[in-house]
Amino acid sequence: MKKMNMQQLLACDKFEVDDEEHHIVLNKEVCRSCQAKPCIYACPAGLYTLKDGEINFDDAGCLECGTCRLICPQEGALSWHYPRGNFGVVYRYG
Amino acid sequence: MAEDKFTAIIVGAGPAGSTAAYLLAEQGIDVLLIERGETPGCKNMFGGRMYSYALHRIIPEFWEEAPLERQISREVITMLDGEKSTSISCQDENWAKPPYHSFTLLRAEFDAWLAAKAEDAGAILACGIRVDDVIMEDNRIIGIRAGDDEILADVVIAADGANSIITEKAGLRSKLSPADLATGVKEVIELPAKTIEERFNLQPDTGAAHLYAGTCTQGMSGGGFLYTNKSSISLGLVIKAAELQKNQYMLVDLIEDFKNQPSIAPLISGGEVVEYSAHLVPEAGISMAPRLFSDGILVTGDAAGFCINLGYLVRGMDLAIASGEAAAMSVVEAVKKNDFSAASLGIYTDLLVKNGVWSVMEAYRRAPQMLDTERLYTSYPTLLNNLLADMFTIDGSPPINLIDKLRQEVKNSKTSFINLAGDAWKGGRSL
Repeated sequence: MKKMNMQQLLACDKFEVDDEEHHIVLNKEVCRSCQAKPCIYACPAGLYTLKDGEINFDDAGCLECGTCRLICPQEGALSWHYPRGNFGVVYRYG
Repeated sequence: MAEDKFTAIIVGAGPAGSTAAYLLAEQGIDVLLIERGETPGCKNMFGGRMYSYALHRIIPEFWEEAPLERQISREVITMLDGEKSTSISCQDENWAKPPYHSFTLLRAEFDAWLAAKAEDAGAILACGIRVDDVIMEDNRIIGIRAGDDEILADVVIAADGANSIITEKAGLRSKLSPADLATGVKEVIELPAKTIEERFNLQPDTGAAHLYAGTCTQGMSGGGFLYTNKSSISLGLVIKAAELQKNQYMLVDLIEDFKNQPSIAPLISGGEVVEYSAHLVPEAGISMAPRLFSDGILVTGDAAGFCINLGYLVRGMDLAIASGEAAAMSVVEAVKKNDFSAASLGIYTDLLVKNGVWSVMEAYRRAPQMLDTERLYTSYPTLLNNLLADMFTIDGSPPINLIDKLRQEVKNSKTSFINLAGDAWKGGRSL
């Protein structure tokens, strides 16, 4: 089977995107001071990317697993909530 | 505001929550089951198999009506090492006869079915609502808050999964540790039922469960899994979250490489990936359990850490269902006494002991530490594969007897007989 990339995998999933409210918000100040930045590797959806030395993040495509909340070493870097009711990923198989 | 108060509010319509809701509603107790997804199950994923005994105790012969995939009749564990792999396969046709030992299933359908059972029994199911907080009064939980809405209850049951917000908000545990949980990722790969039966040597209703250790996690604590559904395969990896903090590999690369392992690739060849999902898995066993009850609250399922990973098998749904059962029975007793204090709800731990959940958690208390042994993911798969591959390889060179081969491979794999003996002893004791 040909190797799939993140975009191709996430394209298999159904999402109800919330245009009004982000459920995970980063405090860029705190992220800037973080040396480790484990979110880049640990997020199963690869939503944390490095751009010009800074964390770039978009919560569209979030699988709501909570890994980032768990592994983030910086106090106060993430304001983490589940998406509002009815929004976010919609697993059709699970 | 009597009309706005329920006897029980259950947060999360997964297996624990829906089981509790079903049993409470059956007893005529007014219960509100709240789910943040637009339908129950649409936020949930797991590896792929549920052991039957717990649900059979609650809904006898549930397999007659529940949406299930295949009854497992074969267990395979495999040690992977690059080009080499060694498997142990165990088949028992009794597992595929009533009362079926275990089933593969898909959560979107299954969880919706179980929640509908609760609804049919009289529970009120409210979907599309995210519970943000609990309401406390004099240190007791008296309800929940969802956005601007407040709903009161005599008791709240937290069934909101591994990343339980309710348990934290209620002050029953501190922040979770990356050492205590793993991240699971899964792909659902569609293939015709007939192809699956041919490739896995299965009957039309029987299925196989495969677990993998070795190169699939690049030496990190964790493993791979593969479960056969009717016309799809659930394939994925579970890796300790603390290992993911080391910034070595992207999960997406690991799962894609796993699919291309020589012993996996032919099994899924030609299949179409129809879903990619991820979830946290509680892995630290009893040591990570929060306080399981307090004034006006009980904690069940993954939220309570009721999950067992022994390396060769994984249990979650059966323990979730059984803990939902114990929670419901505790509330029934509390209703009789009209006392929802911690002293009254404390019967929950007795019921967990009685119905087996606690003894399972106790019995495997040492398994998480044992599975933290790095050698299990690095030197041992290499050692085993090299030894066996060597044993089966004939190339005309002078034969070496097995003991000398073993000695040589132990040396090559940078481990020792002392480690081997120690780990075998640890393994035997903790499993």
